[in-house]
Amino acid sequence: MAIASETCGILPSAHLQRLLDTLSAKGYRIVGPIVRDGSVVWDTVRSVSDLPIGWRDQQEPGRYRLEQTGSQEVFGVVHGAQSLKQFVFAPREPLLQIERSKDGFATRPTLPQSEKVAIIGARACDLAGLTIQDRIFLNDAYRDPYYASRREGLFVIAVNCTRALSTCFCASMETGPRAKHGFDLVLTEVDDSLLIEAGSEAGRDLLSNLCLSTGSEQLSAEAARRIEACAQSQVRRLDHSRLPQALYDAHEHPRWDELAGRCLACTNCTMVCPTCFCHTVEETPDLSHQQSTHTRLWDSCFTQEHGYIHGKNVRPTIKDRYRMWLTHKLASWIDQFGTSGCVGCGRCITWCPVGIDVTEELSALLTQDGRSSGTPQQMESS
Amino acid sequence: MTNPYVIHPATIIEKVWEAEDINTYRLQLVDERARQQFRFKAGQFNMVYLFGVGEVAISIVSDPDEPEFLNHTIRAVGRVTKAIAELQPGDVLGIRGPFGQGWPLEEARGRNVVIVTGGLGCAPVVGAIEYLFKRREQYGSIKILHGVKTPHDLLYRERFDQWRRAPDTEVLLASDQPDKTWNYHIGVVTELFEEVAIDPMKSIALMCGPEIMMRLGVPILMRRGIPASTIYVSLERHMECGIGLCGHCQMGPYFLCKDGPVMRYDRVAQWLGRTGV
Repeated sequence: MAIASETCGILPSAHLQRLLDTLSAKGYRIVGPIVRDGSVVWDTVRSVSDLPIGWRDQQEPGRYRLEQTGSQEVFGVVHGAQSLKQFVFAPREPLLQIERSKDGFATRPTLPQSEKVAIIGARACDLAGLTIQDRIFLNDAYRDPYYASRREGLFVIAVNCTRALSTCFCASMETGPRAKHGFDLVLTEVDDSLLIEAGSEAGRDLLSNLCLSTGSEQLSAEAARRIEACAQSQVRRLDHSRLPQALYDAHEHPRWDELAGRCLACTNCTMVCPTCFCHTVEETPDLSHQQSTHTRLWDSCFTQEHGYIHGKNVRPTIKDRYRMWLTHKLASWIDQFGTSGCVGCGRCITWCPVGIDVTEELSALLTQDGRSSGTPQQMESS
Repeated sequence: MTNPYVIHPATIIEKVWEAEDINTYRLQLVDERARQQFRFKAGQFNMVYLFGVGEVAISIVSDPDEPEFLNHTIRAVGRVTKAIAELQPGDVLGIRGPFGQGWPLEEARGRNVVIVTGGLGCAPVVGAIEYLFKRREQYGSIKILHGVKTPHDLLYRERFDQWRRAPDTEVLLASDQPDKTWNYHIGVVTELFEEVAIDPMKSIALMCGPEIMMRLGVPILMRRGIPASTIYVSLERHMECGIGLCGHCQMGPYFLCKDGPVMRYDRVAQWLGRTGV
């Protein structure tokens, strides 16, 4: 297979700065993974040395650790708690500035300033999450102008995964580990080379500016082999073949009670989920009561207030709320948006303080007696 | 691109006391263009805003043929509604809407209409009833069955009396905690079904009130032969955005602010009555 130079090229990892410089020259603020407080977070990247070179993440239920391997690997960390959600659906977004006037008040929409942001290091699961959020905020009955404005300036450089975490199950959700769409460029790191492919017109344009050496079939084949090996190595999987109905039918399953005994309703799973979109609005008047700000904030179906209607709560217990979350995520989401709400990134498993594992819970809920087929660790030892 | 979050100021033209803690506010949008463009269907709702306090979802109770005025019957029960209760004519509220699906009044044409409501649940149907009476000849018989806890909870008394006098119309009232002045049925609204003749295949039922009323009432209507597909219920959940994005108003696969609040019963039957949905 001949590889056309305008859609594919090879960049030695040592020359990655050239890509960053080209992006900067085009006016992009570059955002990438940065090591901070024992994890990676998204932040502004000026130089390749800001990236987590040599670091790798180990993730397990309720556990996240970084370790330095001493290698020159640039994209060894798969992901941190943050998905791409925050870049388009901001955790805190002022919607309106409302000011008293002769008519009572006047509202002024406070749309975010459009900013050109290039994100480097997004994973296939993150892209799948972004596609789902696009469907919700841009292509439903109403179009959200704040989301649209943030989305417009986004340039996404994905990285294909060649290493799976113990918590990953994107292969079973058919969202990864290879990024198939939704990116401008995608990188595959193979030893000290980066195979770069373009996925959009803007990506092809940037690639032509880089004047890279043409991709070799050998390197492409090796990249494909490593991505496939990553898929094969995933120990968790989520069987969604009987969803949504099987989960609707499990509404009275005893497992929910047992689960409620472990869940702390801390909201972590919903905060780290790339697709959770619940939000609330906060009204903040200034002290003179002449101005008021109408601000959107991330909300969670695990809070007391989420199911509140005048004097009662339709989901008063943790059992109700966990069931709401999981049933929505894995079942009713399909009816609402034609896709599962889960992309298999495994963040909710890692960042759950008590290590609740959605794949294990679903498998238990889909069996009569509520016993799961076991965690991967258990399966290995049995 | 239109911004669905923009709030339009609306002046309180009139404030009518209905019952303890319940008032009807007659509103008029301040901006003339917004006023002329505003059209709604009976059963839809607005997000009603108070400066510096916040928004609440409230159904529109006025006649959809007079969209230049918007009536909202509001019970002072939460943070926003209690603050609204302090307002007087001349004060300004905000309006965002209309949102949601209204009553199936086109589909009801030529049919007998059975309306079953409880408590403040009659409010979202009032606009629909007015609509029916304006086109009285296009509909069959109209039966209005309304239940309240105590006689003090009976809103819109004059209207019920007015409707009762209309041709081919029955109005039946029930109170389960009556006082000596109560001349009507003593008990709950679902018991009134026994007092009315229903031609099941020619009828359409509109229900609004506490969920328990629908859970108990719908099976009785179905036993009387009304198919689940001609029973409509107006449902209530926490609504913040009105546009199906904030996630609070879900019931099973539905966002009640967008897919409801009026839902065909057979679509929601499996969710109504489930705990924690």
